[in-house]
Amino acid sequence: MYDVVVVGGGPAGMSAAMAAYEKGSRVLLIERENHLGGILKQCIHDGFGLLRYGEMLTGPEYALMDMEALEKTGIDVKRATFVTDVGRGEDFELTLVNGEESIVKVATRAIILANGCRERTAKQIFINGTRPAGVYTAGTAQYLVNMDGYLPCKRCVILGSGDIGLIMARRLTLEGAEVVGVYEAKDSPSGLRRNVVQCLEDYNIPLHLSRTVTRVYGRSRVEAVEVMAVDEAMTPIEGTEEVVACDGVILSVGLIPENELAETLGAAMDGHTKGPLVNQDLMTSVPGVFSCGNALHVNDLVDYVSESGQIAGSSAAAYAANRKNAKHQPETAWTKVHYDEKDFLYVLPQRIRYGEEQSIDFYVRVRSERKNATLAVDVDGSEIQKKKYRQLSPPEMEKISLKKVGIHKAIQFRLEGGDRG
Amino acid sequence: MTPVLSTTCILCPNGCEVTLHRDEKGYSVTGNRCKKGIAFAVDEHEAPKRMVTSTVKTVYKNQPRLSVKTASPIPKGQVMAVMDAINKVTVDRSLDRGAVVIEDVCGLGVDVVATGRIWAAL
Repeated sequence: MYDVVVVGGGPAGMSAAMAAYEKGSRVLLIERENHLGGILKQCIHDGFGLLRYGEMLTGPEYALMDMEALEKTGIDVKRATFVTDVGRGEDFELTLVNGEESIVKVATRAIILANGCRERTAKQIFINGTRPAGVYTAGTAQYLVNMDGYLPCKRCVILGSGDIGLIMARRLTLEGAEVVGVYEAKDSPSGLRRNVVQCLEDYNIPLHLSRTVTRVYGRSRVEAVEVMAVDEAMTPIEGTEEVVACDGVILSVGLIPENELAETLGAAMDGHTKGPLVNQDLMTSVPGVFSCGNALHVNDLVDYVSESGQIAGSSAAAYAANRKNAKHQPETAWTKVHYDEKDFLYVLPQRIRYGEEQSIDFYVRVRSERKNATLAVDVDGSEIQKKKYRQLSPPEMEKISLKKVGIHKAIQFRLEGGDRG
Repeated sequence: MTPVLSTTCILCPNGCEVTLHRDEKGYSVTGNRCKKGIAFAVDEHEAPKRMVTSTVKTVYKNQPRLSVKTASPIPKGQVMAVMDAINKVTVDRSLDRGAVVIEDVCGLGVDVVATGRIWAAL
């Protein structure tokens, strides 16, 4: 019987496993790929770890720091292993499949879901047309280039200006492809400003805002796309059709937390984050099931992913220890975190256990660009902190830390003043 | 003071909009939220530099590529020359992260180092 089983061996899972282990748990880490590291293995660019390590590391380096630490511990690791089912009884039983053991069942007191997120595909964003080869999500193109050494296209169009799309615009250019342009349906770029500069402006790759791809042409291989201008509702404007010749379409149109296991376990989900509802321990609505990393909500910084893993790991260890000693889990009332959906896309965690001396890190995304707005937190009816921000935008998640605050009745996040972008 | 250059600092995810000014006394920088932004703005005007991150070929079928980076930023105009040098390399031995893959690439005084480790065997 394990105390804690962690599903997913990327940065979230590795931090969670380490934290639970350091609190004395017997830990199993399960990873479906041949190696740990998750998505960091293919993120060969730098920009990772500034907060955690004080330097800008590449993705593989950041992952290796965790792997090297993990290798020194007694954490059991099963690689190339897939979790096909999980059952709830007195504790939990997971069904695992891998080449060596075939099918095996593992019992555990607590589960940490750290299985990351998926990319949105063309189907989900309704591109019409034929199904020729040459349409890739940015992550798939990144895998092909960085892991397999293939150039997926010679002249491409990128749809979506999120960071992955911007990073791939540069990567493909460096490897000799022509990136005709990046097309973004919104009227502002989705990714970080620094990526617009170092990936597009550095290489004179045009960024076309308020434009989208509406058709893909080509029978066996992409030959061209049709792009159109869109209005504020992102509806294509008649008469603005333009055909762009290309042999590849790279889609960078959003990430969705991977939550089949959370749903199988019956965890309540948050429609805003697309991940489970959690409290400050990162425990879901199912006692003993914890969530962290991109499975919980899509993060911008891997440093925050690692922090969430640490919280989930420590919390799961405490939960497992209570179960092992037949001690009851602390009974406690809780409250929903309130915020106006007109101002915020989401606030996480979404639920707070009441108690004294709470130090909690919240993660917040605003709904639209706001300049010089004030973000305030009210606890039990009184404003306890506020901060003015020169600029708040949806792609840039903000961390709001509460230090040693007693929460007994209610907590609310407010956004006031400021001009909309 | 005349503004000489306005750009986004790329050194960290904050992406401060920095402006380089010049007067008789020399340079000054506004918009930065840390000291590194000052050096960045001056460099960007006088001698822009960039990190290069890429992959090199290996002989290992199970691990066809190894990720690498320049150990420090190199002149922006030399990025494609550094890429050409990187694309000439084939790794044929076990390496750990930090190992030098190209010494003094393009004579720029900067090494290209491994950012991953070779785990495959022939």
